[in-house]
Amino acid sequence: MRVWLTPVVWIASLCALAAWLPTMTPLFSWVQPGTDNLIYNRDSFYVLLQSHIWLVLASATIGTLVAVSAGIFATRPAGRDFLPLVSQIASIGQTVPPVALLALAVPVMGFGEKPTLFALVLYGLLPILRNTLTGLNGINPAVLESAKGMGMSSAQVLLKVELPLAGRVILAGIRTSVTINIATAAIGSTIGARTLGDPVIAGLVNGNTAYVLQGAILIGLLALATDSLFEAIERTWARAFAV
Amino acid sequence: MIELKGVTRRFGDAVAVDDIDLTIETGEVCVLVGSSGCGKSTTLRMINRLLPSTSGEILVDGEDINKVDPEALRLNMGYAIQSTGLFPHWTVARNIGVVPNLLKWPARKRDERVNELLILLGLDPATDAIKYPHQLSGGQAQRVGVARALAGDPNILLMDEPFGALDAITRENLQQEMLRIQRQLNKTTVFVTHDIDEALKLATRIAVMDQGRIIQHDTPEAILRRPASAFVENLIGKGDRGLKLLALRTVGELMEGHSQPREPEPGADGLNEADSLRFALSVMVWENTLQLPVYNGAGEEVGTVKREHLLQGGA
Repeated sequence: MRVWLTPVVWIASLCALAAWLPTMTPLFSWVQPGTDNLIYNRDSFYVLLQSHIWLVLASATIGTLVAVSAGIFATRPAGRDFLPLVSQIASIGQTVPPVALLALAVPVMGFGEKPTLFALVLYGLLPILRNTLTGLNGINPAVLESAKGMGMSSAQVLLKVELPLAGRVILAGIRTSVTINIATAAIGSTIGARTLGDPVIAGLVNGNTAYVLQGAILIGLLALATDSLFEAIERTWARAFAV
Repeated sequence: MIELKGVTRRFGDAVAVDDIDLTIETGEVCVLVGSSGCGKSTTLRMINRLLPSTSGEILVDGEDINKVDPEALRLNMGYAIQSTGLFPHWTVARNIGVVPNLLKWPARKRDERVNELLILLGLDPATDAIKYPHQLSGGQAQRVGVARALAGDPNILLMDEPFGALDAITRENLQQEMLRIQRQLNKTTVFVTHDIDEALKLATRIAVMDQGRIIQHDTPEAILRRPASAFVENLIGKGDRGLKLLALRTVGELMEGHSQPREPEPGADGLNEADSLRFALSVMVWENTLQLPVYNGAGEEVGTVKREHLLQGGA
């Protein structure tokens, strides 16, 4: 149970900070003297946090489903022919900067949450896909051979052997993807999605460092909390399957 | 009974197995022996359909294996391989229980079976069962591999160089265990190896393979006495053929038995009934003696074996 302590502490401090930031006017007046609007107030931090998390969660869920299925497909006998193509897409995709992806999505889908979600899904797919392929291809062929030789069906081999063995690597891919997307979602503010990037963008436009700081601190804390959550999940997984 | 009729397997243009006929009787240990690339593993893997045959027919108890569901076929064939292929994320007990689980045995029956096999293979049900494969030595892992192959109580056992990666002492031990287990269980076994000594030791009949063909299929003794070609002669090693023949028979078969078991003379050194004639000769040469007493398992003297008999009638 102790592995869960760190993520709980981080999540608690994230929530606490979102609640207390509006009362920290004196601190921010020291950062940004001579301004009246010291605390970002177009939306409450809770609303921004919620919408930010929702975007990341939705994109991670869709991305995981798509990437893991694609990875499984490309490593089946029927899909083997696609394996080089899929792994190429997985590595090339990583070189496209997220901002470019956002900018490309706007003309097609307009402003708001939708193009942001689309870009997040696409960008988040790739680390998961790459790790799914690495994980599934990295399994000792003798283990697969004996699983089949024992009389397991293809589905049983996948569910009982391949996924548990590749799970930790896939989980690491999801972790990378989610961490990247927490940062990328903030950029979604530039195309009208409501996220923790809002105060940062507003602060940059108006030259208000206090706003920038408030957004940045919350985004950073969210990333830390999520990362430690994944750390705990990975450890629990490793303990469950002893790999 | 396993019958291969005109079985061929090609990989592209290369012929791995070339039109072989082979019959393996129920309860016998058939060892496929040959150098690497001779098609012995390919033959084995065609029997449980891990590889499809290009042409020909394979029958198990008279039934064409291509007409049986491959999973059902494999559940009735224990399979052990050189690299063990143990599931690294499962404990030893769960690894051994995999086939019983697939066969949906009740949990109690499965656990009892796992315990029984751990004991049969000389593993400790209390301490070894909860270990993970990476915590085992090579020999232990191979024992678990064999136990796993036996777990579903299959009629047929397929073993692909199971002891190939082990050191000489561990291999020798496991071969002895194999013989003991085989005497107990009488499984129809197909065993692949490149080691002719292992083949001579374990086989009821040996099939010598070269370049995808079976050169000779006969009992170990017949193979030693009448090798079918220069290749087989080379494989068995011309020089120590006599000693290999001696190794096939036990002291019990050649000794002059006493009419009644006797109390052993105190302090006397001797042989066991189950020792091979080769071992007997070696002891005699070392001790420079013309005859030795033979004891049974209970320690009683049951006969004597003479050096002249060994030299005349042994080989």
